[in-house]
Amino acid sequence: MSHQPDKSHQPADMSLEHDKDHQLDARRLLCPLPVIRTQDAIAKLQVGELLTVTSTDPGAKMDIPCWCRINGHEVVEIKEQDHEIIITIRVMAEK
Amino acid sequence: MKPQAMEKQRKAVALISGGLDSMLAVKVIQDQGIHVEGINFFTGFCVEGHTHAVRKKHKDKQKRNNALWVAEQLGIKLHIVDVVEEYKDILLNPVHGYGKNVNPCLDCKTFMVKKAVEWIKEHDFDFIITGEVVGQRPMSQRKETMPVVAKNSGSADLLVRPLSARQLPATLPEREGWLKREQMYDFSGRTRKPQMALAKQYGFDDYAQPAGGCCMLTDENYAVKLIDMWDNRPSREYELDDIIMLKMGRHFRLAPHLKIIIGREEGENNFMQGYKGLFVSIFPTSHPGALCLVDGEFKSAVELNQALALVARYSQGKNAPEVTLSVRQIDGTEKEYNIAPMAVDDINKEWII
Repeated sequence: MSHQPDKSHQPADMSLEHDKDHQLDARRLLCPLPVIRTQDAIAKLQVGELLTVTSTDPGAKMDIPCWCRINGHEVVEIKEQDHEIIITIRVMAEK
Repeated sequence: MKPQAMEKQRKAVALISGGLDSMLAVKVIQDQGIHVEGINFFTGFCVEGHTHAVRKKHKDKQKRNNALWVAEQLGIKLHIVDVVEEYKDILLNPVHGYGKNVNPCLDCKTFMVKKAVEWIKEHDFDFIITGEVVGQRPMSQRKETMPVVAKNSGSADLLVRPLSARQLPATLPEREGWLKREQMYDFSGRTRKPQMALAKQYGFDDYAQPAGGCCMLTDENYAVKLIDMWDNRPSREYELDDIIMLKMGRHFRLAPHLKIIIGREEGENNFMQGYKGLFVSIFPTSHPGALCLVDGEFKSAVELNQALALVARYSQGKNAPEVTLSVRQIDGTEKEYNIAPMAVDDINKEWII
C-alpha cells in the first residue's frame, strides 16, 4: 500500500496500533453499494485507521468523497488505474 | 434561583430520495429548530445506481448519488441502509398490489416508514418526516392512502409530511409544540408549481427529477424485462445481480431457457466483464464489438448459431461476410466460431425484450 498515514494529523490520543490500513473490495458493485460498504466498514474501524476502497463504479469517485464530507472523514487519495477507482480514507471522529 | 431546565433538542429523521420534495421537507423542519438527519433505503432498484454511472448516453447527467448530494446541500448526515434482502418480499408479495408497472408503491412506502420507525427507536430520535404531497402520486400519495401508510407502518402520529401537513390531521410533534403547524404547508395535487416556488424561495436551483422517477420498478421497459425473467424461471426469487443485469444491454429471449444480453456501449461492456465468472460469454475476436452474456444454456446448435449471429450483428463486422467469435465458458475455456452476422430482417421481433 503506497499511502502511509500522516502522523502529524493524528489525534493525540490515538495509539499506533490503530494506525492500520484496511482494504475494501467494492468491485462490480454499483452506486450506492460502494458507499454502503464503505459506511459499514468505517463503522467497525477506529479513529485514525485507513480504509482503501477499490471500486469499478465511476460514480464512486463522487459519492464516496461526498459521504466522507458529510460524515467528517478525510479522503487521503483518489486514483484511477485499469478502470478502477481507488480511494483511501482516514477515519475521523464523526461530526 | 433555580436554573430553567434546558428544553430537549428534538430530532427527526427524513426519508431522503434525492428529489426536490424531500429536500424541501427537511428544510421546512430545520427552519423550526429541529435537528434532522436523513435516511435512504437501497432496494436494488434505484435508477441512478444502474444507469448514469455506466452509460455514456447519460454523460450529461451528474454521476452522483442524489440522496448524498441533497444531504450535503442541507448539511445533514445521511444513513444509507441496504434493504435488498428484506425488500424482496415487498416486491414479490405486495398486499396492495402493483401500480402501472411492477411498482408496489403503497407497500414500499409503508415498508420504508416502518424501517424508519425502527431506526428512530434505535437512535433515540423523536419523529419521521417525508416529502410526500397529498394527491401527487396515484398509489401511495392519495389522501385515502396516506393514513394507510401511517397506520400499517406503525408510525401513527410520528409521521409528519411538512409539505401537506395542513391538509392532514395534527401529528404528535405538532400537539407537543415541537412543530408549528402554520409554518408547514398545504400543498396538494400533481402540480409542481408550489414546490418549485418554495425551492426558489430557499435558493435551491439544482435538484433531481420529481419523486417516483428514481425507481426502476415504475419504468415500463424495465418492468417488461423483470416480468420476462419471472415468467421464464421456476421461481420469482431473485438476486441482486439478476436485477442489475436487467438494466444492462440489449436483451434477447431466444427460448424459455435461454436469454442473451449484448452490451450497448463501452461502459456497459466494461461493467459486464465483471460477470464473465458467472455467465458464459461471447465476444468477437475478428472485429471490435460488444460483449454478450448468456443467461441460460444452449440446447441446440441452432440456438448457439442464433446467439453468435446476433453478437456478430452488433459488432463492427456487421457488414463483413463472416465474423469470428469466441465463446468463453465460466471456467475460462474458450472456443472460436465463424459465422455470418444476422441480417436485420432476420432478427425475430419476439426475441426482443
